Amino acid sequence: MFTYVLRRILQTIPVLIGVTLLVFSLMHLIPGDPAQIMAGESAPKEQVENIRERLGLNDPYPVQYWNYISGVLQGDLGNSVRTGRDVTNEIGVRFWVTVELAFYSMILSIFLGLIAGIVSATRQYSFSDVTLMIVALFGLSMPNFWLGLMLIQWFAIGMDVPSWIPFIENTAWFKPSGWGSFEQIVLPVITLGTGGAAIIARMTRSSMLEVIDQDYIRTARAKGAKERVVVYRHALKNALIPVVTVVGLQFGALLGGTVLTETVFAINGMGKLVIDAIQARDFPIVQGTVLVAALLFVLVNLLVDITYRYLNKRIDLN
Amino acid sequence: MPNTNKSEENILEINNLQTTFFTEESEVKAVDGVSFTIPKGKTVGVVGESGSGKSITSLSILRLVDKPGKIVGGEIKFKGENLLDKSETEMRKIRGKEISMIFQEPMTSLNPTYTVGQQINEAFKIHEGLGKTSARKRSLEMLKLVGIPSPEKRIDQYPHELSGGMRQRVMIAIALACNPELLIADEPTTALDVTIQAQILELIKDLQQKLHMSVLLITHDLGVVAETCDYVAVMYCGKIVEFADVKSIFNNPQHPYTVGLLSSLPPHDRDIEGDLPVIPGAVPSPDELPVGCRFAPRCAHASDICNTLPNLVTNENGNQVRCWIYSDKWDGNPEVEVNAERTT
Repeated sequence: MFTYVLRRILQTIPVLIGVTLLVFSLMHLIPGDPAQIMAGESAPKEQVENIRERLGLNDPYPVQYWNYISGVLQGDLGNSVRTGRDVTNEIGVRFWVTVELAFYSMILSIFLGLIAGIVSATRQYSFSDVTLMIVALFGLSMPNFWLGLMLIQWFAIGMDVPSWIPFIENTAWFKPSGWGSFEQIVLPVITLGTGGAAIIARMTRSSMLEVIDQDYIRTARAKGAKERVVVYRHALKNALIPVVTVVGLQFGALLGGTVLTETVFAINGMGKLVIDAIQARDFPIVQGTVLVAALLFVLVNLLVDITYRYLNKRIDLN
Repeated sequence: MPNTNKSEENILEINNLQTTFFTEESEVKAVDGVSFTIPKGKTVGVVGESGSGKSITSLSILRLVDKPGKIVGGEIKFKGENLLDKSETEMRKIRGKEISMIFQEPMTSLNPTYTVGQQINEAFKIHEGLGKTSARKRSLEMLKLVGIPSPEKRIDQYPHELSGGMRQRVMIAIALACNPELLIADEPTTALDVTIQAQILELIKDLQQKLHMSVLLITHDLGVVAETCDYVAVMYCGKIVEFADVKSIFNNPQHPYTVGLLSSLPPHDRDIEGDLPVIPGAVPSPDELPVGCRFAPRCAHASDICNTLPNLVTNENGNQVRCWIYSDKWDGNPEVEVNAERTT
């Protein structure tokens, strides 16, 4: 197990090199000149040229990449071209905000998704199954920025709540922006977690339905095991194997989703940082954020593989 | 005598069991009025082709028939008490403790995510409330009992690390863990190699003697029946067509279907010229069953009266057969010789 983890960590190195190469090339291929943006629209040509020279933008691409990558290896992600601040610090202060947002949303997705999936599968074609799956379909189809806006409207501002609903007059229970307090966390986490919950619910349902027909489930019943034990001990553990894969992949979508969610809720996290940086052609920030996001994704998928090993004894990781 | 009607001598009495599968288009009577008894300490075999309802009969006894199947009538008396009147909680106390079951597919009947030991332990935990250490000790004993070499090593292995024969032994260990009075074995050897088949049958027979169990053996293999059973029920399309002791079935089969099954076995004492005899036609689809005798369309002796369903009649030897030939109402050839093709 230990050698496996070690090997997997070593394997992430080429992945991360690939990520830096990709981001580096993309930033230089898209139109827009950071030096021009820094200097302003009407700045004289010499001034722009000066800035280009200072940022090293006139060096050949391989040299620029080399300078960048040697910095990265020393923990130096460069300086923002817009503010001149250290990228490592800029990301550092926002990193945990995004990780918290992603982590809480993930927990919500898994929690809701598993419960809904198990309930649906154990009562196939019942009223609760059909209802849950329709809700899941909505959750899946809803763009999360739109859901975020609606949640703000209803539960942060308290607007447009139908008057016929009794007892509830003011629904402005939560805060529409920022990060840190409970009132601030609830709506963004719901916004970001819904899509994942829907996918996990549908995946859990189909996986459970497949497993519940297996011979070993009949064996468990023939042993005299209680239905609860049959479902949770015997069926769920096997049904989780494909679900875990989805959870790992879902984390990538979740990281992407933080960008929109943080923008909608004005949360000062990595997502908002990267949006601002892309608009300003602040390429050191974009490179840094994408690198950190890639690292997170790789780490989460490493965790997924280890969970896999625990669930499925037939996988030989070595 | 299979039908003594004395409950204390029969561990299980099934009367007019009916299990039906309900689909949107139709109702399929998989088990249609099956009655037979299992005398204490004896082995009763149920034989029949695929789809004859033998597996559903066995699952019905433990009330483990999955939806859309449902037991719609009859009674299953285990030690004098009707299992169909029991609550689900009461049934759970019987499953795995008083009546155990082993299945056809040892490859898929064990949970791949738990060790062999954990799966045997579970039976002890459920029915005897044993803790981890004592359950493990008992599991080791069970593994030894079913003849698994180096049980100390095997107990911590996962099913995929064992061969098919080993897995079936583990299944038997689970089934027999709590000393059941009745073991239902649903085609326990079908998925195994021939040499392993013999070992597993030998093991079941051996343990039956040791533990004084009764056994219900579901199979389509008449060779297996001859080796292990005391009584045999022959099923066709959800009904029993013949029930007799094993000697009568092989020496003097009554029902044309039983005769057909036996004729299609290759004889071991002489060569046959040409092909083996076969029963013409195929098992009818369960939603298009003939009105009368289910076997009539494939029966060489069928006559007009066969368009009416015959009853299962007990003859002077105490054996039962469901065929008009043996009744006064028989309107076909009075000289009919059901066994003719076998005896010549």
